[in-house]
Amino acid sequence: MGNWFERQRNIIDFTLSSLVRRKGKNLALLLVYTLLVFLLASVMFFTHALRKEASLVLQGAPEMVVQRMAAGRHELVPRRYLGMIKGIKGVSGARGRLWGYYFDPVMSANYTMVVPEDHPLGAGSISIGQGISRSRLARVGDFIPFRRYDGTPMVLTVREVLTTGSELVSSDLILVSEGDFRKLFGMAPDLYTDIVLSVRNAKEVATAAQKVQKLLPDTRPIMKSEILRTYDTIFDWRSGIIVVILSSAVLAFIIFAWDKASGLSAEERKEIGILKAIGWETSDVLLMKFWEGAAVSLSSFLAGVLFAYIHVFFTPVMLFEPVLKGWSTLYPSFKLVPFISPYQVAMLFFLTVVPYTVATIVPSWRAATIDPDSVMRS
Amino acid sequence: MRKSTLFFMSIAVQSVLLLGAFTHAAYQRGRDASILGETVALVKRLDLTDLCLFTEARYTRHPTQADLHSPFQDHPMSLEHFPSGSLLAPRKGIGYR
Repeated sequence: MGNWFERQRNIIDFTLSSLVRRKGKNLALLLVYTLLVFLLASVMFFTHALRKEASLVLQGAPEMVVQRMAAGRHELVPRRYLGMIKGIKGVSGARGRLWGYYFDPVMSANYTMVVPEDHPLGAGSISIGQGISRSRLARVGDFIPFRRYDGTPMVLTVREVLTTGSELVSSDLILVSEGDFRKLFGMAPDLYTDIVLSVRNAKEVATAAQKVQKLLPDTRPIMKSEILRTYDTIFDWRSGIIVVILSSAVLAFIIFAWDKASGLSAEERKEIGILKAIGWETSDVLLMKFWEGAAVSLSSFLAGVLFAYIHVFFTPVMLFEPVLKGWSTLYPSFKLVPFISPYQVAMLFFLTVVPYTVATIVPSWRAATIDPDSVMRS
Repeated sequence: MRKSTLFFMSIAVQSVLLLGAFTHAAYQRGRDASILGETVALVKRLDLTDLCLFTEARYTRHPTQADLHSPFQDHPMSLEHFPSGSLLAPRKGIGYR
């Protein structure tokens, strides 16, 4: 055992010396490899953490939202729909929801105005999300002017700023009283934005949705399961920009591994020839090449994963921030809960380290099995 | 010091740091549990349906609530207008509704 270990160490010593002899090339290799793993791991950690957090947070979402549609567009719901929905067997509760968007020309930002069922602050007062507080420099006690639907001004007082911890769902929210909301948007008292309802038996949500659609054919029920599924697909690795980032990274890696696999440099072949001429076995050469691949890929893999972890969970995801922000003026400054699993790291390992190590062994095996004399002469 | 010793030491240090990342993740999840609980309570109290990730368009601010025509509201073959629209994949089974 001791002999075996000592032999491995000797081969590693030799391999590392050989790598150091070509330090420029190998340092560049190490850097590119680390960057590639960093990018892949960052995307993986970020999307997984976001999806996981969405699935946990949106457990509190309403069981069903019923929207009214007119000419393919979202339409306000009359109060009588609420009564009809409450009469459906199995529906345990329903309420009209009031919410909408307000474009602030001063900040060029869209706010989401929501009327809570129990607005504790009363008329003339609002609660605002951290994003609005940050961009408008608004604190508790400040006044924010709004423009009503008829162009007249309306000033509301900030009574509360929502917590930083909830920023992922509340950054652009303004909680306002029902009276102020209707005055601001000129909405008639018998209209709602949509209806949320709860169902007595969770297994009957789909049946209740069918009943709603049958009773009110111009409505569109959205179930909680659909809400959760939407967020599961949004940051799925197969979607949107994520597939672009991943495919370019994977392509770069394939080119990189292919370059390694397609052959050794003349200098490397000569080195193998000399080693064989002085008595190294083919298995020793292969062992040396295995350790060479393992040293480069293992170091790059570990460094890449660690940098990705720091990037996603300790910084405001600097690399993805400009992509995610798009044209938004308001963007939540959230800190993701680090949901990582050994499965993710293992998958990354098999995607990056194993193919690279194999790619370095194959050409070496070809060089190691030919006659040393011809290798040195070529 | 032998090069192999340096190599093993560097791999050991990185592995310990990786284990540290897992430990930190577990610890942080425990710490953030109460904040997550508060957020779930807020979502429940206000009947929220979406995360506030992209505020530039109504169908990117509330992708679960958007009507199916809104990304193509200008005309049926119009190109996606907002950058975050390229980040959002359509919901599964959207073609069947």
